[in-house]
Amino acid sequence: MDELTNPELRINHMEYLPDMENIGSEIQDKVISAMESYDADKYTAEDVKAALEKDVLSLDDFGALLSPAALPMLEEIAQRAQLETRKHFGNSIQMFTPLYIANYCENYCIYCGFNCHNKIHRAKLNAEEIEKEMKAIAETGLEEVLILTGESKKMSSVEYIGEACKIAKKYFKVIGLEVYPMNTDEYHYLHECGADYVTVFQETYDSDKYETLHLAGHKRIFPYRLNAQERAIRGGMRGVGFAALLGLSDFRKDAFAVGTHAYLIQQKYPHADIAFSCPRLRPIINNDKINPKDVHEPQLLQVMCAYRIFLPFASMTISTRECARFRDNSIKIAATKISAGVDVGIGGHGDNEKKGDEQFEISDGRNVKEVYEAIKAQGLQPVMSEYIYV
Amino acid sequence: MENDKLIIGGHEFNSRFILGSGKYSLDLIKAAVENAGAEIITLALRRANSDVDNILNYIPEGVTLLPNTSGARNADEAVRIARLSRELGCGDFVKIEIMRDSKYLLPDNYETIRATEILAKEGFIVMPYMYPDLNVARDLKNAGAATIMPLGAPIGTNKGIVTKEFIKILIEEIDLPIIVDAGIGKPSQACEAMEMGAAAVMANTAIATAGNIPAMAEAFRKAIEAGRTAYLSGMGRVRDRAAASSPLTGFLHD
Repeated sequence: MDELTNPELRINHMEYLPDMENIGSEIQDKVISAMESYDADKYTAEDVKAALEKDVLSLDDFGALLSPAALPMLEEIAQRAQLETRKHFGNSIQMFTPLYIANYCENYCIYCGFNCHNKIHRAKLNAEEIEKEMKAIAETGLEEVLILTGESKKMSSVEYIGEACKIAKKYFKVIGLEVYPMNTDEYHYLHECGADYVTVFQETYDSDKYETLHLAGHKRIFPYRLNAQERAIRGGMRGVGFAALLGLSDFRKDAFAVGTHAYLIQQKYPHADIAFSCPRLRPIINNDKINPKDVHEPQLLQVMCAYRIFLPFASMTISTRECARFRDNSIKIAATKISAGVDVGIGGHGDNEKKGDEQFEISDGRNVKEVYEAIKAQGLQPVMSEYIYV
Repeated sequence: MENDKLIIGGHEFNSRFILGSGKYSLDLIKAAVENAGAEIITLALRRANSDVDNILNYIPEGVTLLPNTSGARNADEAVRIARLSRELGCGDFVKIEIMRDSKYLLPDNYETIRATEILAKEGFIVMPYMYPDLNVARDLKNAGAATIMPLGAPIGTNKGIVTKEFIKILIEEIDLPIIVDAGIGKPSQACEAMEMGAAAVMANTAIATAGNIPAMAEAFRKAIEAGRTAYLSGMGRVRDRAAASSPLTGFLHD
């Protein structure tokens, strides 16, 4: 008997645990109420056209671009998105790779390969192993690394992540983090260690749905996760990334919430860099009953374009969960950042031996050189780093 | 007009077109510089320190580098980036860009004055990017700026010189080269800036987003040259209003 079969064992997902810093919920309340009042079905083709004609889009225009009414106009939307991307980023495409340094996890997220009830091979790299991995990655020419852990503060402490950042500083110009949410002072510490970007996937902004998917662990606490970006900025991080795992709940509402969240954070902290990631749960192919809430490639592209047109200055990452064809095309339209040479297990770069299992299956296994060439072949310019840690 | 030189911090230039480098493919930089006839090219220092495809390797010899401090959010960060630029061998020119707003990338005039003062004292040739404000321009001059670079419109918008009236005031009042930076989207707008008496024009996005980058660089060169020649020739007066057929002051001679 566990939290899955006995809901009474589950803790209140809306209540902070004692060690969690509460910075208030002003942004959270605004995001949730905007999402709740968002009705994707109310928009017409005319609304979409009107939104596309505007220079600066309102939240309501953004809602129109995400609506079912906008899907038949995806080509026009993509054209506008491309224009915005080129205006703000020229033809630069940034390259990076994620490095998983540990896969211990204390959370019980029913859809995740790392969840604490899954009997996978757990591992954690020590300082020497981290250095070997980073050296192997740096030798491929990459200058940006994204450090990831499973979400276990006990097994992958803030100090442990800090040490990894310090090692990364020797090899990389840009260090991003995708780890468990933490308090402002902890973000501050990791910033001092060299990290400057923090991405937290909210998974879904629908707290009722969230509760049914994240059954135990720190991650269960919905508001603590939602306010992570704001704490990270307060801790001195230069930029923050936003995402929902599209398909967990109503993807249009979730995408609307992601955009609203990013918009409000940028309004409150105008100096902060804003970024989007666009992960999705893949629909089951050949499923007879087509689910209108499924996120197929056109819907995913629609979301990416809507983010781009709404917040044209935001950087956008396209995941290796997508195939090479989709990725190579999305950087022509909306995405500005692409990973390469990806291994989502623990260890395994260069000649190093893999120590722990993967979080998910990747769909684009190309190495750095291959992705680099693919970018150039499209007339785009691969950029290893556009950044100075100051 | 043959001796018409642009002088910045004691250095002489024949070209009045400052070219950006940041938004297009590295292998097009050489052709763009040549077709633009540019003698100064800007580059974001944050992109200069790369092992793979170092942008510095693509800039033709003899062209003056104008590193910018983009990415800086305050004066202290701009100063650190400028010093790093010097250490990397990028020379003494520096274009100060300080933005505290990731959305519009508007310059922070106050922090820009602070950074200008510090860097000018350290011997940099400081070219501050600024929002066109006469008082700020005076402060920048007093702080040791070599030029003033007011924005025509927000970066990347290609909207033209929407701050025209304010830039005109700077041209009138400030005894330094006024270089119109940001917002210029078409050669005709570059020409307009030069006709107004701007000392030079800086363009990046307008070139980078063109279908044929080297050809657009050339179009800009020609427009800038035309505008400069027109300015030096003394522009013909264009009357805003019709002249009264019966002179108002005729009675004085009655």
